[in-house]
Amino acid sequence: MSESGAATPSTVDRLNITPMIAVQNITKRYGHHTAIDRVSFSVAKGEVLAFLGPNGAGKTTTMRILTCFIPATEGTARVAGFDCADQSLEVKRRIGYLPETPPVYQELTVTEYLTFVGRLRGMAGRTLTSALDQSIERLELGPVRGRLIGNLSRGYRQRVGLAQALLHDPPVLILDEPTVGLDPKQIIEIRELIKSLAGSHSVILSTHILPEATAVCQRVVIISGGRIVAEDSPEQLSARLRQSEKISVTLKTASVDCKAKFGAIPGILNIFPGQSPGTFLIECALGYDLREEIARIAVSNHWGLLELRTVSMTLEDVFLQLTRDEENVAQPGKIMAGTTSDETVATRESPS
Amino acid sequence: MTPVQAVIAKELRGYFVSPIVYVVGAVFLLIFGFLSYLYIGFAGSQAIQLMQMQGGVAQINLNDLVFRNLFSSMRLVLLIILPILTMRLFAEEKKLRTFEFLITSPIRINEIVIGKFVSVLLIYLGLLGLTGLVPTVLMLFSDFDWNPVLTGYLGMALLGAMFLSVGLLASALTENQIVAAFISFGALLTAWLISGLGGLLGDTTAGRIISYVSFMEHYDRLVRGLIDTSDLVYFGSGLLLMLFLTHQVVESVRWK
Repeated sequence: MSESGAATPSTVDRLNITPMIAVQNITKRYGHHTAIDRVSFSVAKGEVLAFLGPNGAGKTTTMRILTCFIPATEGTARVAGFDCADQSLEVKRRIGYLPETPPVYQELTVTEYLTFVGRLRGMAGRTLTSALDQSIERLELGPVRGRLIGNLSRGYRQRVGLAQALLHDPPVLILDEPTVGLDPKQIIEIRELIKSLAGSHSVILSTHILPEATAVCQRVVIISGGRIVAEDSPEQLSARLRQSEKISVTLKTASVDCKAKFGAIPGILNIFPGQSPGTFLIECALGYDLREEIARIAVSNHWGLLELRTVSMTLEDVFLQLTRDEENVAQPGKIMAGTTSDETVATRESPS
Repeated sequence: MTPVQAVIAKELRGYFVSPIVYVVGAVFLLIFGFLSYLYIGFAGSQAIQLMQMQGGVAQINLNDLVFRNLFSSMRLVLLIILPILTMRLFAEEKKLRTFEFLITSPIRINEIVIGKFVSVLLIYLGLLGLTGLVPTVLMLFSDFDWNPVLTGYLGMALLGAMFLSVGLLASALTENQIVAAFISFGALLTAWLISGLGGLLGDTTAGRIISYVSFMEHYDRLVRGLIDTSDLVYFGSGLLLMLFLTHQVVESVRWK
């Protein structure tokens, strides 16, 4: 985990490649309120980066600075080598941006709207026509291309918003909650689309749906209270935050002494009862894999071993732990009595 | 097609899809037609009176009795109607969250401002062009001097363009279209009323300044058939000032 101020090098820095997006110590203040504070990160060419954070964390502010909608109070942000403050027109030409609310004109048809967007971006003639057709096909907007956007459903409007971001095939895509309002099938399709963009496009994706970040992104930046609290791959973040190994055991006929017998195994720290009868969550010291020993005891005692699996931290656990830790640091009075980070993580089971 | 032309085309499309342009256009043309009918009727009754007094065919000045009165009356109509045409231009973009899209598109703010202004100006000039039917038809049945009519139309075009630029500025100030309409209506009414204050102050420096700032005198000269460079400069500079201020207001949203 990279704490702000003591950031570990990102993929871009480690591989020493020129980043498509390079943000260095940007701060944005609105009067006395600091929306983001010395935020730094970079995105390599072809990389998909998830931007996670609770509401008001500074995600949208950061995205707005990158898209040249607002300038940073301090620091520099560069896109494709161009400075967002001084070369905004060059930056805008290289960005496809989908804001939180799809920026669509209700009085235009889908084709008219996309044509307008293309013309704003300097496209004309055959280039525009083929880009428009491609965009409509990619987002499956064919059946509604002649309809007024005002008469379309939320899901279609979201897809039209995505189509405008992709229309000019920009090297950089900034997508704020791209799957909001879509049905499950469409969500999967859009995720696949974003995944297919990896390699040729640099994408920053803001999302509240954490499995989406895991499914689509190679790297995650977690922002909380205007500061970056973590930056790494979802797996690495999970591994770094893990303070113990956790194993879930389900027994068919658990006896009263099974907790004591499991507890006698060297390396076991805690045993918590699971959500269903016969299920236990066993916490072991970091680096210990005691599944074999647990299985041996269960079998020798004829408890009927039904399931034995390791439990890893999901991105959701990581997110909650990091953002809550940040809140606790800022507001120590909000720490709930008898609750620790470990307990929260320990009680969240999920298949590895 | 340049980005400015794209903005113009999109705005025109927006106007013709919404009922605003039809309602405003119908009201504008109805009022123009009704006022024309009134003043032509008035001129007719004047002619009959003269014929009865003098005998034979009476010579009446249609330029004074019809067109001058008509163009003078249209000031108030423009003041009320044009803010309704301009109120949506930026306020709607803000309300529907397309403003951010527009600003983050590779187009300069002055291009957006010009595109929006030109689109609404074209709508207005189109409506003004339709009113040309009145003098054209009148020409078939009577004789009048076209020069004051054309300068009157020039006055209406310039005055309307300046009103539209004030409306555009008002629309950039808020995301509420009604508030935008009221801001521009209030500003234009104030500009009208201060001409009365200029009259009260008479031939003093303050009086002359106030009279110059108000559009009344400049417009009246054009309606009387006089083309004075100072009047053209007044309308031109006023329009440019409003467009510049609109640019600054749109730009300032980024800095808030």
